[in-house]
Amino acid sequence: MTPVAEAVTVERNYLNQGEGILSWLFTLDHKRIAILYLVSVTMFFFLGGLFALLMRLELLTPRAWLFNPGDYNKMFSMHGIIMVWFFLIPSIPTTLGNFFIPMMIGAKDLAFPKLNLLSWYIFMFGGAVTVFALVRGGVDTGWTFYTPLSTTYLNTYVTATATGVFIAGFSSILTGLNFIATIHRMRAPGMTWFRLPMFIWTHYATSLVLVLATPVLAVTLLMMGVERIFHVGIFDPALGGDPVLFQHMFWFYSHPAVYIMVLPGMAVISEIIPTFSRKPLFGYDFVAYASMAIAVIGFLVWGHHMFVAGLSIYSAMAFSFLSYLVAVPSAIKVFNWSATLYKGSISWDTPMLYAIGFLGLFTIGGMTGLFLAALGIDVHVTDTYFVIAHFHYIMVGGTVMAFLGGIHYFWPKITGRLYPEGLARLSALIVFVGFNLTFFPQFVLGYLGMPRRYAAYPTEFQMLNVLSTAGASILGVGYIFPLCYLLWSWKYGKKAGPNPWRGTGLEWTTASPPPRDNFEVSPIVEGPPYDFGRMREELHLG
Amino acid sequence: MAEPLALILREQFHAPEQQRETATLGMWIFISTEIMLFGGLFLAFSVYRMYYPQAFIAGSADMNIALGATNTAVLICSSFTMALGVHSAEVGGRKLLNLFLALTMILGAVFLGIKFTEYYLHYLDHRVPGPGFLFPSADPPKAEMFFLLYFIMTGLHALHMFVGEGILFSMILRNRAGSFSAEYHTPVVLAGLYWHFVDVIWVFLFAIFYIEGLHLHKW
Amino acid sequence: MIPALLLVAPASRVAVEYDWLFWSLVVVCGGVAVGIAAFVVYSAIHFHRRSENELPPQIKGSLKLEVTWSVVPLIIFLGMFAWGASLYFDIERPPANATEVYIVARQWMWKAQYLDGRREIDELHVPVGRPVKLIMTSQDVIHSFFVPAFRVKQDVLPDRYTTVWFQPSKPGKYHLFCAEYCGAKHSGMIGYIYAMEPREYALWLSQGAAEGSLASTGEKMFHQFGCANCHHFDGQGPCPDLKGLYLRPVLLTTGQTVVADESYIRESIVDPAAKIVAGFTNYMPVFKNVLTEDQLVELLAYIKAIGPAPGTQQPSSAGSVPATYGGQPGISGSGPAGISTDQSRAH
Repeated sequence: MTPVAEAVTVERNYLNQGEGILSWLFTLDHKRIAILYLVSVTMFFFLGGLFALLMRLELLTPRAWLFNPGDYNKMFSMHGIIMVWFFLIPSIPTTLGNFFIPMMIGAKDLAFPKLNLLSWYIFMFGGAVTVFALVRGGVDTGWTFYTPLSTTYLNTYVTATATGVFIAGFSSILTGLNFIATIHRMRAPGMTWFRLPMFIWTHYATSLVLVLATPVLAVTLLMMGVERIFHVGIFDPALGGDPVLFQHMFWFYSHPAVYIMVLPGMAVISEIIPTFSRKPLFGYDFVAYASMAIAVIGFLVWGHHMFVAGLSIYSAMAFSFLSYLVAVPSAIKVFNWSATLYKGSISWDTPMLYAIGFLGLFTIGGMTGLFLAALGIDVHVTDTYFVIAHFHYIMVGGTVMAFLGGIHYFWPKITGRLYPEGLARLSALIVFVGFNLTFFPQFVLGYLGMPRRYAAYPTEFQMLNVLSTAGASILGVGYIFPLCYLLWSWKYGKKAGPNPWRGTGLEWTTASPPPRDNFEVSPIVEGPPYDFGRMREELHLG
Repeated sequence: MAEPLALILREQFHAPEQQRETATLGMWIFISTEIMLFGGLFLAFSVYRMYYPQAFIAGSADMNIALGATNTAVLICSSFTMALGVHSAEVGGRKLLNLFLALTMILGAVFLGIKFTEYYLHYLDHRVPGPGFLFPSADPPKAEMFFLLYFIMTGLHALHMFVGEGILFSMILRNRAGSFSAEYHTPVVLAGLYWHFVDVIWVFLFAIFYIEGLHLHKW
Repeated sequence: MIPALLLVAPASRVAVEYDWLFWSLVVVCGGVAVGIAAFVVYSAIHFHRRSENELPPQIKGSLKLEVTWSVVPLIIFLGMFAWGASLYFDIERPPANATEVYIVARQWMWKAQYLDGRREIDELHVPVGRPVKLIMTSQDVIHSFFVPAFRVKQDVLPDRYTTVWFQPSKPGKYHLFCAEYCGAKHSGMIGYIYAMEPREYALWLSQGAAEGSLASTGEKMFHQFGCANCHHFDGQGPCPDLKGLYLRPVLLTTGQTVVADESYIRESIVDPAAKIVAGFTNYMPVFKNVLTEDQLVELLAYIKAIGPAPGTQQPSSAGSVPATYGGQPGISGSGPAGISTDQSRAH
């Protein structure tokens, strides 16, 4: 680093340029908007987590002891709705993506900064409407809003909740639009497509899905709302509608939404693993193509959520086949990440621990996905705890692990401070152990036939449920630790310097925290990504 | 001309053409989102059209084809005036741009006027889905489904028309303030793209709601 | 956990087949997962950074490896797909000789109706060693019929019939769960399946039937609601002759042909205008909200029971007019990809 950049660190950066709450609420700086999002999604994460904890407490005993079954139904509905739409979908893209996409491609900002701020406000508005529905009495549709239960039979705040989700959807669309335009048009000179860090490729794939799938959810919720409010038929068979059409339209969005949630996790992992192995990402081109393949094929597999819903045998076969096809690019990614480690110089810093945890848990999540894609196997385990365990391995074992890994990895850049390493490693371990103890027993429960969304259950399932609840309390502790020490380190942590991990991306060439315009001098890119060979020259000079 | 150019170049861009291309790309992405939004409704329409063919054709025959056709003509003309407006912007004809934007707005308003007249006529005929729905056929509930989709889809389209009118109005204001020139007129181009898109959607709506039952129409 | 494992021990023919595939997948996937984990842990330890400035060899990739780990998984996946699909075919297609039982689900109970007229709630008695086919519908929301020990599950939808079948292999008492979230007391919508030796089953059946068989109750309704006034059995009435209708292809006024399965017959009763048989005008009253699901099941059982067995020649009422529902072989097939179920409504 040049001395000039060092000086800038002390003087002016995006954090101290402009003061007071208004300078944050009206900021157009992608980095500050990322922080706004980070605060918001963290709040939603702990809110959704609270519901999860209450559910696990309820499931300690076979009989409903803490809540009546109706309230339990609200717990899992609000847990799902908050976690899916207000944490998982925005989590990585709007925080790390927002912060680092412009920095990694050498741009001053996203293409449309005002749109970026607007999407945060839309997100918060949608969140406020949802929280309003929750405070007024909650909703008990499940996050899937299946008709005709949701439109005709339930008396809770279904419309208000759906409105909140509907509104938040537009925030997703605007974020995706902004990312695509940015990645296409804002790259620094020399930053060709195949010099992009994998983080960018994967966010590009995510954005495509965001832009093309989310409007379908919007229109599905709109029709559901019309049916519920005016009591005219669209999905309710009593009124001439077809409830299976709702499922098709819902999953046409919600299956790609799974990739919206997990692709950004893959994006983070694809940065962490090379940096902490000091090796280029193995099979870069293939990983990039795999991301795009997941985004495209991911649109064609929604029917695998409906194998027992009354699909014809032959369309079920087509969906099963396509589901196996979409598993191939995911497998390619796992193999390439693992191969990157081989003969590397592996450090065991916290982000890497999370990345290794991700590799293991995502593999288990993906493998159990192969079970669910097999038509005959799915019949027995669908709508049981097997499915719950499967998607929590992907969503929590995958996305949340990657989110935590990413936060730790980029924390020095975002705040300019280092977190306490020992404590961080310890909590990574606690999260890993707690997670497995929570969710592995659920695979067994599912195979034994315990259906999901049950407030009470036959006694023979109790032991596994107790194990799972025990794991959940450990997991909860594992999540609260980072919240505490990261906040502490923002003020009291050691100064990080511009490149504590000796990463190769453009984001590490500028000061920590970065200046308002990201770079003192607009960068020019001359080589491939993950070029650790440069280290040799630097050492020579140094 | 160099000075206004420097003023309107936002700080995240390094060159005017980069800014223009980015904005245009953004609009195209937005339009693809909109296509998926309407696409979901077209899907629902197709499914129920397949379930209830007779009721849907009967519903279509009940439409006011004269008003529908007029509206289609009005919108196609408005696309034409919009295209002329964009062309005027490209050659820097500020007065012509004003004229064509205003003409487009007027045609858009005529469309909305006719559309809401139609809605009113439907209302008088008891074609609004709900408790008061009446339809002279063997199967009113299925015709009700047709009218429900009709109101949702044309209503969503009308909402887009209102937004379009607002955009055109702001274009007129900005043009009067002298914001546009032969060098810088991207917002007008984008407004044009949006307007054409909304028009194209209408053409599809016209086909599925008005033309399909034309052979049964009572003239 | 041990009693739970015993509880889910396979108790039907399909369940045995199921467990073979399931545990094969566990072995294959588990093996690969353990392999990957071992490789990752080995690499993380063996290649642990030794010095601050260590720079490992910069390996970029290998086409050979990439092709290998794309193609090999794909082949394995195709195998899983084929095995899974063949099992699904077994689960989804009931044998022709299966005993039929009608199920009506509603918030929050299961009601079973046997052909001989016996009814029970949240319980189902079935014979061991014989295939049983359930014809199910829901009175309100979507439910799902799930018997873990038999490894079968099928959503139960309002306004149409879906079917599920199983062949119990061991006598016993098995859980029946609702697996599709259906409202406040979803977790209370559970019951038991009693699989009995055929002799005991026959004894059980003989004890309960109260008011005659389903079909005979249906026949009474057929007269009571005036169906018989128009639907004559000599082919001469103003309405289609219902003899031998079940599972026959039917030509409609629209030129389409549909198979007269349960869902078609049900729709023709509750909503006669939906599909009109070619050569007839519809003036049948609408029975939607007039008949309960239970009554519809009775009528259905009767209509399925009347007339010559499927395949017998059906006399055509008028020479040139397309036959009502005879002589249109080889039609139907599944509806448009995905949307249709195995019911007729999508045609």
